Amino acid sequence: MIEAQNVRFSYPNKVEALKSVSLTINDGEFVAIMGQNGAGKSTFVKHFNGLLKPSQGTVRVDGVETTKTSVATLARNVGFVFQNPDHQLFSETVEDEISFALKNFGFEQEVIKKRIDWALNLLSLTQYRKTSPFLLSGGERKRVALASVLAWDPQTLILDEPTIGQDHEQKEKLRQFIMQMQTQKKTVVIVTHDVEFVAECNPRVVLMKEGKIVADGVGKEILTDPALLELSSIVLPQIAQLFTKLSPLGFPKDVIDIYEAKEIILKAKESRRQE
Amino acid sequence: MAIIEIKNLTYTYPGATKPSINDVSLKVDKGEFVLITGPSGCGKTSLCRCFNGLVPHFYQGELKGEVTVAGIDTLKHHTYEMAKHVGLVFQNPENQLFALSIEKDVAFGLENNGVNREVMRKKVDWALHQTGIYDLRERSPHEISGGQQQRVAIAAVLAMEPEIIVLDEPTSFLDPLSAAKIFEVIYKLNKESGITVILVEHRLDLTAKYTNHLIVMDEGKICFEGDPRQILSTEETRLMGVGIPKATLLFQMLKKEGFDLSGKTPLSSDELADELLEAFKQ
Repeated sequence: MIEAQNVRFSYPNKVEALKSVSLTINDGEFVAIMGQNGAGKSTFVKHFNGLLKPSQGTVRVDGVETTKTSVATLARNVGFVFQNPDHQLFSETVEDEISFALKNFGFEQEVIKKRIDWALNLLSLTQYRKTSPFLLSGGERKRVALASVLAWDPQTLILDEPTIGQDHEQKEKLRQFIMQMQTQKKTVVIVTHDVEFVAECNPRVVLMKEGKIVADGVGKEILTDPALLELSSIVLPQIAQLFTKLSPLGFPKDVIDIYEAKEIILKAKESRRQE
Repeated sequence: MAIIEIKNLTYTYPGATKPSINDVSLKVDKGEFVLITGPSGCGKTSLCRCFNGLVPHFYQGELKGEVTVAGIDTLKHHTYEMAKHVGLVFQNPENQLFALSIEKDVAFGLENNGVNREVMRKKVDWALHQTGIYDLRERSPHEISGGQQQRVAIAAVLAMEPEIIVLDEPTSFLDPLSAAKIFEVIYKLNKESGITVILVEHRLDLTAKYTNHLIVMDEGKICFEGDPRQILSTEETRLMGVGIPKATLLFQMLKKEGFDLSGKTPLSSDELADELLEAFKQ
Protein backbone atom coordinates (compact mmCIF):
# COMPACT_ATOMS: atom_id res chain seq x y z
CA MET A 1 0.00 0.00 0.00
CA ILE A 2 1.22 3.47 -0.90
CA GLU A 3 0.01 6.47 1.10
CA ALA A 4 1.03 9.98 0.09
CA GLN A 5 -0.14 12.74 2.40
CA ASN A 6 0.11 16.44 1.55
CA VAL A 7 3.32 15.86 -0.37
CA ARG A 8 5.15 18.96 -1.47
CA PHE A 9 8.38 18.79 -3.40
CA SER A 10 10.74 21.45 -4.72
CA TYR A 11 13.77 20.80 -6.91
CA PRO A 12 17.05 22.53 -5.97
CA ASN A 13 16.29 25.21 -8.58
CA LYS A 14 13.29 26.17 -6.36
CA VAL A 15 10.72 24.95 -8.87
CA GLU A 16 7.83 23.52 -6.84
CA ALA A 17 6.91 20.36 -8.76
CA LEU A 18 4.37 19.00 -6.27
CA LYS A 19 1.92 21.22 -4.44
CA SER A 20 0.32 19.24 -1.63
CA VAL A 21 -0.58 15.95 -3.26
CA SER A 22 -2.46 13.23 -1.39
CA LEU A 23 -3.19 9.79 -2.80
CA THR A 24 -3.71 6.29 -1.43
CA ILE A 25 -3.07 3.26 -3.61
CA ASN A 26 -4.21 -0.08 -2.20
CA ASP A 27 -2.64 -3.49 -2.79
CA GLY A 28 -3.77 -5.01 -6.06
CA GLU A 29 -4.78 -1.70 -7.62
CA PHE A 30 -3.87 -0.70 -11.15
CA VAL A 31 -3.49 3.06 -11.43
CA ALA A 32 -2.64 5.19 -14.47
CA ILE A 33 -1.27 8.64 -13.69
CA MET A 34 -1.86 10.98 -16.62
CA GLY A 35 -1.46 14.67 -17.39
CA GLN A 36 0.47 17.07 -19.54
CA ASN A 37 4.26 17.37 -19.75
CA GLY A 38 5.67 18.98 -16.62
CA ALA A 39 2.57 18.20 -14.50
CA GLY A 40 4.73 16.46 -11.87
CA LYS A 41 3.82 12.83 -12.70
CA SER A 42 7.36 11.43 -12.83
CA THR A 43 8.37 13.51 -9.80
CA PHE A 44 5.43 12.10 -7.86
CA VAL A 45 6.05 8.42 -8.62
CA LYS A 46 9.76 8.77 -7.82
CA HIS A 47 8.54 9.28 -4.22
CA PHE A 48 7.04 5.77 -4.19
CA ASN A 49 10.42 4.02 -3.97
CA GLY A 50 12.18 6.81 -2.09
CA LEU A 51 14.23 8.10 -5.04
CA LEU A 52 12.86 11.48 -4.04
CA LYS A 53 11.81 12.43 -0.53
CA PRO A 54 9.07 14.97 0.11
CA SER A 55 10.08 18.51 1.07
CA GLN A 56 6.92 18.51 3.18
CA GLY A 57 4.32 15.84 3.95
CA THR A 58 4.84 12.07 4.08
CA VAL A 59 4.95 9.04 1.81
CA ARG A 60 4.43 5.61 3.39
CA VAL A 61 5.05 2.35 1.58
CA ASP A 62 3.47 -0.59 3.40
CA GLY A 63 3.30 1.58 6.50
CA VAL A 64 6.98 2.62 6.45
CA GLU A 65 7.86 6.27 5.89
CA THR A 66 10.24 6.63 2.93
CA THR A 67 12.41 9.10 4.84
CA LYS A 68 13.11 6.44 7.49
CA THR A 69 14.45 3.76 5.16
CA SER A 70 16.80 3.42 2.16
CA VAL A 71 16.05 3.19 -1.55
CA ALA A 72 17.87 -0.15 -1.56
CA THR A 73 15.48 -1.57 1.04
CA LEU A 74 12.42 -0.16 -0.67
CA ALA A 75 13.56 -1.43 -4.07
CA ARG A 76 13.01 -5.05 -3.10
CA ASN A 77 9.27 -4.36 -2.88
CA VAL A 78 8.88 -1.47 -5.27
CA GLY A 79 10.30 -1.97 -8.77
CA PHE A 80 10.78 1.14 -10.88
CA VAL A 81 11.20 1.33 -14.66
CA PHE A 82 12.33 4.71 -15.96
CA GLN A 83 10.86 6.62 -18.90
CA ASN A 84 14.18 6.57 -20.73
CA PRO A 85 15.81 3.10 -20.69
CA ASP A 86 19.24 4.65 -21.24
CA HIS A 87 19.03 6.03 -17.69
CA GLN A 88 18.86 2.51 -16.39
CA LEU A 89 20.85 0.11 -18.58
CA PHE A 90 24.57 -0.40 -18.06
CA SER A 91 25.50 -4.08 -18.47
CA GLU A 92 27.39 -5.73 -21.31
CA THR A 93 24.67 -8.20 -22.20
CA VAL A 94 20.92 -8.37 -21.79
CA GLU A 95 21.34 -11.40 -19.56
CA ASP A 96 23.77 -9.57 -17.23
CA GLU A 97 21.39 -6.65 -17.05
CA ILE A 98 18.55 -8.86 -15.85
CA SER A 99 20.69 -10.86 -13.41
CA PHE A 100 22.24 -7.78 -11.77
CA ALA A 101 19.44 -7.03 -9.31
CA LEU A 102 18.74 -10.72 -8.72
CA LYS A 103 22.35 -11.23 -7.60
CA ASN A 104 22.21 -8.15 -5.40
CA PHE A 105 19.07 -9.40 -3.71
CA GLY A 106 20.87 -12.68 -3.00
CA PHE A 107 18.76 -15.06 -5.05
CA GLU A 108 20.22 -18.52 -5.58
CA GLN A 109 21.99 -19.29 -8.84
CA GLU A 110 19.33 -21.68 -10.00
CA VAL A 111 16.49 -19.29 -9.26
CA ILE A 112 18.37 -16.54 -11.07
CA LYS A 113 18.64 -18.69 -14.17
CA LYS A 114 14.93 -19.50 -14.12
CA ARG A 115 13.92 -15.90 -13.58
CA ILE A 116 16.12 -14.72 -16.46
CA ASP A 117 14.60 -17.30 -18.83
CA TRP A 118 11.11 -16.32 -17.72
CA ALA A 119 11.69 -12.56 -18.17
CA LEU A 120 13.41 -12.98 -21.55
CA ASN A 121 10.53 -15.06 -22.80
CA LEU A 122 7.84 -12.75 -21.43
CA LEU A 123 9.31 -9.75 -23.21
CA SER A 124 10.30 -11.51 -26.45
CA LEU A 125 14.01 -10.99 -25.81
CA THR A 126 15.30 -14.57 -25.75
CA GLN A 127 17.19 -14.14 -29.02
CA TYR A 128 19.10 -11.17 -27.52
CA ARG A 129 20.32 -12.95 -24.36
CA LYS A 130 24.01 -12.39 -25.19
CA THR A 131 23.57 -9.10 -27.06
CA SER A 132 24.62 -5.71 -25.68
CA PRO A 133 21.52 -3.67 -24.76
CA PHE A 134 23.08 -0.77 -26.65
CA LEU A 135 22.89 -2.63 -29.96
CA LEU A 136 19.13 -3.02 -29.58
CA SER A 137 16.41 -0.73 -30.90
CA GLY A 138 14.74 1.88 -28.66
CA GLY A 139 11.66 -0.29 -28.14
CA GLU A 140 13.76 -3.35 -27.34
CA ARG A 141 15.92 -1.44 -24.82
CA LYS A 142 12.73 -0.36 -23.10
CA ARG A 143 11.73 -4.01 -22.80
CA VAL A 144 15.15 -4.94 -21.35
CA ALA A 145 14.64 -2.30 -18.66
CA LEU A 146 11.21 -3.80 -17.93
CA ALA A 147 12.56 -7.35 -17.87
CA SER A 148 15.31 -6.44 -15.41
CA VAL A 149 12.72 -5.21 -12.91
CA LEU A 150 9.99 -7.80 -13.51
CA ALA A 151 12.58 -10.54 -12.93
CA TRP A 152 12.75 -9.97 -9.17
CA ASP A 153 8.97 -9.98 -8.93
CA PRO A 154 8.37 -6.90 -6.76
CA GLN A 155 5.07 -6.44 -4.92
CA THR A 156 4.62 -3.02 -6.50
CA LEU A 157 5.61 -1.98 -10.00
CA ILE A 158 6.06 1.61 -11.10
CA LEU A 159 6.33 1.99 -14.87
CA ASP A 160 7.10 5.41 -16.33
CA GLU A 161 5.78 5.45 -19.92
CA PRO A 162 5.98 1.67 -20.45
CA THR A 163 4.43 1.70 -23.95
CA ILE A 164 6.90 4.08 -25.64
CA GLY A 165 8.34 2.53 -28.79
CA GLN A 166 6.24 -0.62 -28.37
CA ASP A 167 4.20 -2.06 -31.20
CA HIS A 168 0.64 -3.22 -30.75
CA GLU A 169 1.57 -6.83 -30.02
CA GLN A 170 4.00 -5.86 -27.24
CA LYS A 171 1.45 -3.52 -25.70
CA GLU A 172 -1.11 -6.30 -25.66
CA LYS A 173 1.39 -8.56 -23.87
CA LEU A 174 2.10 -5.84 -21.33
CA ARG A 175 -1.64 -5.40 -20.74
CA GLN A 176 -2.10 -9.10 -20.13
CA PHE A 177 0.87 -9.17 -17.78
CA ILE A 178 -0.52 -6.28 -15.73
CA MET A 179 -3.91 -8.04 -15.51
CA GLN A 180 -2.11 -11.15 -14.29
CA MET A 181 -0.30 -9.11 -11.61
CA GLN A 182 -3.63 -7.82 -10.40
CA THR A 183 -4.96 -11.31 -9.88
CA GLN A 184 -1.93 -11.86 -7.62
CA LYS A 185 -2.91 -8.76 -5.59
CA LYS A 186 0.12 -6.88 -6.86
CA THR A 187 0.07 -3.14 -7.36
CA VAL A 188 0.86 -1.51 -10.70
CA VAL A 189 1.26 2.23 -11.19
CA ILE A 190 1.92 3.53 -14.68
CA VAL A 191 2.67 7.06 -15.82
CA THR A 192 1.49 7.39 -19.38
CA HIS A 193 0.30 9.57 -22.23
CA ASP A 194 -0.97 6.56 -24.12
CA VAL A 195 -4.75 7.10 -23.97
CA GLU A 196 -5.44 4.11 -26.20
CA PHE A 197 -3.52 1.79 -23.89
CA VAL A 198 -5.37 3.17 -20.86
CA ALA A 199 -8.70 2.81 -22.69
CA GLU A 200 -7.91 -0.85 -23.35
CA CYS A 201 -6.98 -1.52 -19.71
CA ASN A 202 -9.60 0.68 -18.00
CA PRO A 203 -7.68 1.20 -14.73
CA ARG A 204 -8.20 3.82 -12.03
CA VAL A 205 -7.05 7.10 -13.58
CA VAL A 206 -5.41 9.95 -11.66
CA LEU A 207 -5.07 13.20 -13.61
CA MET A 208 -2.39 15.68 -12.61
CA LYS A 209 -1.90 19.29 -13.58
CA GLU A 210 0.71 21.78 -12.39
CA GLY A 211 1.77 19.72 -9.41
CA LYS A 212 -1.74 18.84 -8.21
CA ILE A 213 -4.23 16.03 -8.64
CA VAL A 214 -7.24 17.38 -10.54
CA ALA A 215 -9.24 14.17 -10.98
CA ASP A 216 -9.24 10.62 -9.64
CA GLY A 217 -11.70 7.96 -10.78
CA VAL A 218 -12.64 5.11 -13.08
CA GLY A 219 -10.93 5.23 -16.49
CA LYS A 220 -14.18 5.01 -18.38
CA GLU A 221 -15.54 8.14 -16.66
CA ILE A 222 -12.43 10.29 -16.83
CA LEU A 223 -11.47 9.35 -20.39
CA THR A 224 -14.90 10.34 -21.69
CA ASP A 225 -14.93 13.81 -20.09
CA PRO A 226 -13.71 16.15 -22.86
CA ALA A 227 -13.46 19.28 -20.68
CA LEU A 228 -11.41 17.50 -18.03
CA LEU A 229 -9.08 15.94 -20.59
CA GLU A 230 -8.49 19.18 -22.43
CA LEU A 231 -7.46 20.76 -19.15
CA SER A 232 -4.75 18.09 -18.91
CA SER A 233 -3.65 18.24 -22.56
CA ILE A 234 -5.00 14.76 -23.25
CA VAL A 235 -7.17 13.81 -26.21
CA LEU A 236 -10.21 11.53 -26.01
CA PRO A 237 -9.52 7.89 -26.93
CA GLN A 238 -10.64 7.12 -30.49
CA ILE A 239 -13.77 5.21 -29.50
CA ALA A 240 -14.82 8.02 -27.14
CA GLN A 241 -14.22 10.54 -29.96
CA LEU A 242 -16.47 8.47 -32.19
CA PHE A 243 -19.28 8.27 -29.66
CA THR A 244 -19.11 12.00 -28.96
CA LYS A 245 -19.70 12.53 -32.68
CA LEU A 246 -22.51 9.96 -32.69
CA SER A 247 -24.46 11.59 -29.86
CA PRO A 248 -27.13 12.92 -32.32
CA LEU A 249 -28.12 9.25 -32.72
CA GLY A 250 -28.88 9.03 -29.01
CA PHE A 251 -25.86 6.80 -28.29
CA PRO A 252 -24.22 6.92 -24.83
CA LYS A 253 -21.06 9.06 -24.64
CA ASP A 254 -19.13 7.07 -22.07
CA VAL A 255 -17.81 4.30 -24.34
CA ILE A 256 -14.09 3.52 -24.65
CA ASP A 257 -14.13 -0.19 -25.47
CA ILE A 258 -14.22 -1.31 -29.10
CA TYR A 259 -16.33 -4.43 -28.41
CA GLU A 260 -18.91 -2.45 -26.45
CA ALA A 261 -18.92 0.05 -29.34
CA LYS A 262 -19.62 -2.70 -31.84
CA GLU A 263 -22.54 -4.07 -29.78
CA ILE A 264 -24.17 -0.64 -29.38
CA ILE A 265 -23.94 0.13 -33.10
CA LEU A 266 -25.27 -3.28 -34.17
CA LYS A 267 -28.12 -3.12 -31.66
CA ALA A 268 -29.10 0.34 -32.91
CA LYS A 269 -29.07 -0.91 -36.48
CA GLU A 270 -31.24 -3.89 -35.56
CA SER A 271 -33.83 -1.78 -33.74
CA ARG A 272 -34.09 0.66 -36.66
CA ARG A 273 -34.58 -2.21 -39.05
CA GLN A 274 -37.54 -3.44 -36.95
CA GLU A 275 -39.16 -0.02 -36.91
CA MET B 1 10.75 13.33 -59.24
CA ALA B 2 12.37 11.03 -56.71
CA ILE B 3 14.15 12.92 -53.92
CA ILE B 4 15.13 9.68 -52.20
CA GLU B 5 16.08 6.56 -54.10
CA ILE B 6 17.30 3.40 -52.44
CA LYS B 7 18.30 0.36 -54.48
CA ASN B 8 18.80 -3.12 -53.03
CA LEU B 9 20.10 -1.84 -49.70
CA THR B 10 21.39 -4.41 -47.22
CA TYR B 11 23.12 -3.21 -44.05
CA THR B 12 24.65 -5.01 -41.07
CA TYR B 13 25.89 -3.23 -37.91
CA PRO B 14 29.45 -4.07 -36.78
CA GLY B 15 29.33 -7.18 -34.63
CA ALA B 16 25.73 -8.04 -35.55
CA THR B 17 24.99 -11.53 -36.82
CA LYS B 18 22.22 -10.61 -39.24
CA PRO B 19 21.44 -7.55 -41.36
CA SER B 20 19.18 -4.83 -39.89
CA ILE B 21 18.13 -3.78 -43.39
CA ASN B 22 17.63 -6.59 -45.86
CA ASP B 23 17.40 -5.86 -49.60
CA VAL B 24 15.27 -2.72 -49.36
CA SER B 25 14.40 -0.68 -52.44
CA LEU B 26 12.44 2.53 -52.05
CA LYS B 27 11.48 5.66 -53.98
CA VAL B 28 10.16 8.82 -52.35
CA ASP B 29 8.99 11.74 -54.47
CA LYS B 30 9.62 15.37 -53.59
CA GLY B 31 6.87 16.74 -51.34
CA GLU B 32 5.61 13.37 -50.14
CA PHE B 33 4.59 12.65 -46.53
CA VAL B 34 5.80 9.10 -45.91
CA LEU B 35 4.86 7.13 -42.81
CA ILE B 36 7.02 4.15 -41.78
CA THR B 37 5.74 1.65 -39.22
CA GLY B 38 6.38 -1.93 -38.11
CA PRO B 39 7.24 -3.94 -34.98
CA SER B 40 10.03 -2.67 -32.74
CA GLY B 41 13.43 -3.83 -33.99
CA CYS B 42 12.23 -4.16 -37.60
CA GLY B 43 14.81 -1.74 -39.03
CA LYS B 44 12.90 1.56 -39.05
CA THR B 45 15.53 3.53 -37.14
CA SER B 46 18.38 1.95 -39.13
CA LEU B 47 16.70 3.02 -42.37
CA CYS B 48 16.35 6.60 -41.05
CA ARG B 49 20.08 6.63 -40.34
CA CYS B 50 20.73 5.91 -44.04
CA PHE B 51 18.93 9.04 -45.23
CA ASN B 52 21.66 11.38 -43.94
CA GLY B 53 24.59 8.99 -44.13
CA LEU B 54 24.92 8.22 -40.39
CA VAL B 55 24.77 4.70 -41.73
CA PRO B 56 27.41 3.81 -42.73
CA HIS B 57 29.75 6.79 -42.00
CA PHE B 58 29.15 6.98 -38.24
CA TYR B 59 27.89 3.48 -37.45
CA GLN B 60 30.32 1.72 -39.82
CA GLY B 61 29.31 -1.88 -40.53
CA GLU B 62 28.73 -3.51 -43.89
CA LEU B 63 26.57 -1.92 -46.55
CA LYS B 64 25.54 -3.10 -50.00
CA GLY B 65 23.34 -1.23 -52.45
CA GLU B 66 22.77 2.41 -53.38
CA VAL B 67 21.32 5.35 -51.46
CA THR B 68 20.72 8.63 -53.29
CA VAL B 69 19.20 11.51 -51.33
CA ALA B 70 18.56 14.95 -52.89
CA GLY B 71 20.68 13.84 -55.84
CA ILE B 72 23.67 13.00 -53.62
CA ASP B 73 25.20 9.55 -53.22
CA THR B 74 25.27 9.25 -49.40
CA LEU B 75 27.97 6.61 -49.51
CA LYS B 76 30.40 9.04 -51.12
CA HIS B 77 29.44 12.14 -49.13
CA HIS B 78 29.72 12.66 -45.43
CA THR B 79 26.85 13.35 -42.99
CA TYR B 80 27.79 17.02 -42.56
CA GLU B 81 27.33 17.53 -46.32
CA MET B 82 23.90 15.90 -46.10
CA ALA B 83 22.84 18.09 -43.15
CA LYS B 84 21.83 20.98 -45.44
CA HIS B 85 19.42 18.71 -47.26
CA VAL B 86 18.21 16.29 -44.59
CA GLY B 87 17.21 17.05 -40.99
CA LEU B 88 16.99 14.06 -38.67
CA VAL B 89 15.09 14.11 -35.37
CA PHE B 90 16.30 11.20 -33.23
CA GLN B 91 14.15 8.90 -31.17
CA ASN B 92 15.98 9.89 -27.99
CA PRO B 93 16.37 13.68 -27.81
CA GLU B 94 19.21 13.42 -25.30
CA ASN B 95 21.40 12.00 -28.06
CA GLN B 96 21.07 15.17 -30.03
CA LEU B 97 21.06 18.11 -27.59
CA PHE B 98 24.31 19.54 -26.24
CA ALA B 99 24.34 23.35 -26.07
CA LEU B 100 24.09 25.45 -22.92
CA SER B 101 20.77 26.98 -23.87
CA ILE B 102 17.84 25.83 -25.96
CA GLU B 103 18.21 28.86 -28.21
CA LYS B 104 21.86 28.01 -28.92
CA ASP B 105 20.97 24.41 -29.67
CA VAL B 106 18.38 25.52 -32.19
CA ALA B 107 20.81 28.03 -33.76
CA PHE B 108 23.74 25.61 -34.01
CA GLY B 109 23.07 24.26 -37.50
CA LEU B 110 22.46 27.73 -38.92
CA GLU B 111 25.69 29.03 -37.36
CA ASN B 112 27.62 26.24 -39.02
CA ASN B 113 26.11 27.12 -42.36
CA GLY B 114 27.22 30.74 -41.94
CA VAL B 115 23.72 32.22 -41.99
CA ASN B 116 23.77 35.95 -41.17
CA ARG B 117 22.75 37.04 -37.72
CA GLU B 118 19.45 38.73 -38.53
CA VAL B 119 18.19 35.87 -40.66
CA MET B 120 19.31 33.43 -37.99
CA ARG B 121 17.40 35.34 -35.30
CA LYS B 122 14.23 35.18 -37.39
CA LYS B 123 14.55 31.49 -38.22
CA VAL B 124 15.33 30.49 -34.65
CA ASP B 125 12.42 32.49 -33.23
CA TRP B 126 10.09 31.04 -35.85
CA ALA B 127 11.14 27.45 -35.00
CA LEU B 128 10.81 28.12 -31.25
CA HIS B 129 7.30 29.49 -31.75
CA GLN B 130 6.23 26.62 -34.02
CA THR B 131 7.19 24.07 -31.39
CA GLY B 132 5.82 26.09 -28.46
CA ILE B 133 9.11 26.50 -26.55
CA TYR B 134 9.84 30.20 -27.14
CA ASP B 135 9.43 30.96 -23.44
CA LEU B 136 11.96 28.27 -22.52
CA ARG B 137 14.65 29.54 -24.92
CA GLU B 138 17.17 30.55 -22.26
CA ARG B 139 16.91 27.34 -20.23
CA SER B 140 19.41 24.51 -20.53
CA PRO B 141 18.17 21.62 -22.68
CA HIS B 142 19.24 19.26 -19.90
CA GLU B 143 17.00 20.66 -17.18
CA ILE B 144 13.70 20.34 -19.06
CA SER B 145 11.35 17.34 -19.37
CA GLY B 146 11.69 14.61 -22.00
CA GLY B 147 8.71 15.98 -23.90
CA GLN B 148 10.18 19.47 -23.97
CA GLN B 149 13.53 18.07 -25.14
CA GLN B 150 11.75 16.48 -28.08
CA ARG B 151 10.35 19.87 -29.03
CA VAL B 152 13.87 21.36 -28.95
CA ALA B 153 15.19 18.60 -31.22
CA ILE B 154 12.34 19.26 -33.67
CA ALA B 155 12.88 23.03 -33.52
CA ALA B 156 16.60 22.60 -34.27
CA VAL B 157 15.73 20.70 -37.44
CA LEU B 158 12.88 23.01 -38.49
CA ALA B 159 15.15 26.07 -38.19
CA MET B 160 17.40 24.65 -40.90
CA GLU B 161 14.43 24.37 -43.29
CA PRO B 162 15.91 21.29 -44.98
CA GLU B 163 14.37 19.76 -48.12
CA ILE B 164 13.74 16.53 -46.22
CA ILE B 165 12.79 16.04 -42.57
CA VAL B 166 13.20 12.58 -41.08
CA LEU B 167 11.47 12.10 -37.71
CA ASP B 168 11.97 8.91 -35.70
CA GLU B 169 9.07 8.65 -33.21
CA PRO B 170 9.52 12.36 -32.54
CA THR B 171 6.70 12.82 -30.01
CA SER B 172 6.89 9.63 -27.93
CA PHE B 173 7.50 11.58 -24.68
CA LEU B 174 4.89 14.26 -25.44
CA ASP B 175 1.35 14.43 -24.10
CA PRO B 176 -1.27 13.61 -26.76
CA LEU B 177 -2.47 17.15 -27.37
CA SER B 178 1.09 18.48 -27.75
CA ALA B 179 1.92 15.55 -30.04
CA ALA B 180 -1.11 16.28 -32.22
CA LYS B 181 -0.06 19.95 -32.44
CA ILE B 182 3.49 19.02 -33.51
CA PHE B 183 2.15 16.68 -36.20
CA GLU B 184 -0.07 19.52 -37.46
CA VAL B 185 2.96 21.84 -37.71
CA ILE B 186 4.88 19.22 -39.68
CA TYR B 187 1.90 18.54 -41.93
CA LYS B 188 1.48 22.25 -42.61
CA LEU B 189 5.16 22.59 -43.56
CA ASN B 190 4.75 19.63 -45.87
CA LYS B 191 1.66 21.08 -47.56
CA GLU B 192 2.72 24.74 -47.70
CA SER B 193 6.48 24.58 -48.22
CA GLY B 194 6.64 21.24 -50.00
CA ILE B 195 9.16 19.79 -47.50
CA THR B 196 9.43 16.04 -47.90
CA VAL B 197 8.58 14.28 -44.62
CA ILE B 198 9.59 10.80 -43.49
CA LEU B 199 7.90 9.94 -40.20
CA VAL B 200 8.44 6.78 -38.15
CA GLU B 201 5.48 6.05 -35.86
CA HIS B 202 3.65 3.25 -34.08
CA ARG B 203 0.61 5.41 -33.36
CA LEU B 204 -1.20 5.30 -36.68
CA ASP B 205 -4.37 6.62 -35.03
CA LEU B 206 -2.61 9.99 -34.76
CA THR B 207 -0.75 9.98 -38.05
CA ALA B 208 -2.28 7.76 -40.76
CA LYS B 209 -4.50 10.61 -41.91
CA TYR B 210 -1.51 12.64 -43.09
CA THR B 211 -0.13 10.15 -45.58
CA ASN B 212 -0.89 8.40 -48.82
CA HIS B 213 2.43 6.56 -48.76
CA LEU B 214 2.58 4.07 -45.91
CA ILE B 215 5.50 1.67 -45.49
CA VAL B 216 5.25 -1.35 -43.19
CA MET B 217 8.56 -3.01 -42.31
CA ASP B 218 9.29 -6.35 -40.68
CA GLU B 219 12.65 -8.04 -40.05
CA GLY B 220 14.58 -5.51 -42.11
CA LYS B 221 12.34 -5.73 -45.15
CA ILE B 222 9.52 -3.65 -46.58
CA CYS B 223 6.49 -5.92 -46.59
CA PHE B 224 3.70 -3.48 -47.47
CA GLU B 225 3.89 -0.17 -49.29
CA GLY B 226 1.18 2.11 -50.65
CA ASP B 227 -2.23 3.54 -49.78
CA PRO B 228 -2.84 3.25 -46.01
CA ARG B 229 -6.57 2.59 -46.46
CA GLN B 230 -5.80 -0.45 -48.52
CA ILE B 231 -2.91 -1.74 -46.41
CA LEU B 232 -4.69 -1.34 -43.09
CA SER B 233 -7.70 -3.28 -44.36
CA THR B 234 -5.64 -6.43 -44.89
CA GLU B 235 -5.65 -9.02 -42.12
CA GLU B 236 -1.88 -9.59 -42.30
CA THR B 237 -0.94 -6.12 -41.07
CA ARG B 238 -2.78 -6.78 -37.82
CA LEU B 239 -0.94 -10.04 -37.31
CA MET B 240 2.36 -8.18 -37.59
CA GLY B 241 1.61 -6.08 -34.54
CA VAL B 242 0.80 -2.93 -36.50
CA GLY B 243 -1.37 -0.65 -34.38
CA ILE B 244 -4.31 -0.26 -36.70
CA PRO B 245 -6.46 2.80 -35.84
CA LYS B 246 -9.49 1.79 -33.74
CA ALA B 247 -11.83 3.42 -36.27
CA THR B 248 -10.41 1.22 -39.05
CA LEU B 249 -10.69 -1.86 -36.84
CA LEU B 250 -14.28 -1.12 -35.80
CA PHE B 251 -15.22 -0.55 -39.44
CA GLN B 252 -13.91 -4.05 -40.26
CA MET B 253 -15.63 -5.62 -37.25
CA LEU B 254 -18.97 -4.12 -38.29
CA LYS B 255 -18.45 -5.33 -41.83
CA LYS B 256 -17.84 -8.88 -40.60
CA GLU B 257 -21.14 -8.73 -38.70
CA GLY B 258 -22.93 -7.80 -41.89
CA PHE B 259 -23.05 -4.02 -41.37
CA ASP B 260 -21.22 -2.87 -44.49
CA LEU B 261 -20.86 0.88 -44.53
CA SER B 262 -19.65 0.56 -48.14
CA GLY B 263 -17.76 3.86 -47.94
CA LYS B 264 -13.97 4.10 -48.00
CA THR B 265 -12.05 2.48 -45.15
CA PRO B 266 -11.87 5.14 -42.40
CA LEU B 267 -8.52 6.12 -40.85
CA SER B 268 -9.93 8.32 -38.09
CA SER B 269 -12.90 8.50 -35.74
CA ASP B 270 -14.19 11.52 -37.66
CA GLU B 271 -14.32 9.61 -40.92
CA LEU B 272 -16.08 6.63 -39.34
CA ALA B 273 -18.56 8.92 -37.51
CA ASP B 274 -19.50 10.57 -40.82
CA GLU B 275 -20.12 7.20 -42.44
CA LEU B 276 -22.21 5.97 -39.52
CA LEU B 277 -24.28 9.17 -39.32
CA GLU B 278 -24.95 8.83 -43.04
CA ALA B 279 -25.93 5.17 -42.72
CA PHE B 280 -28.35 5.85 -39.86
CA LYS B 281 -29.99 8.72 -41.74
CA GLN B 282 -31.55 6.32 -44.20
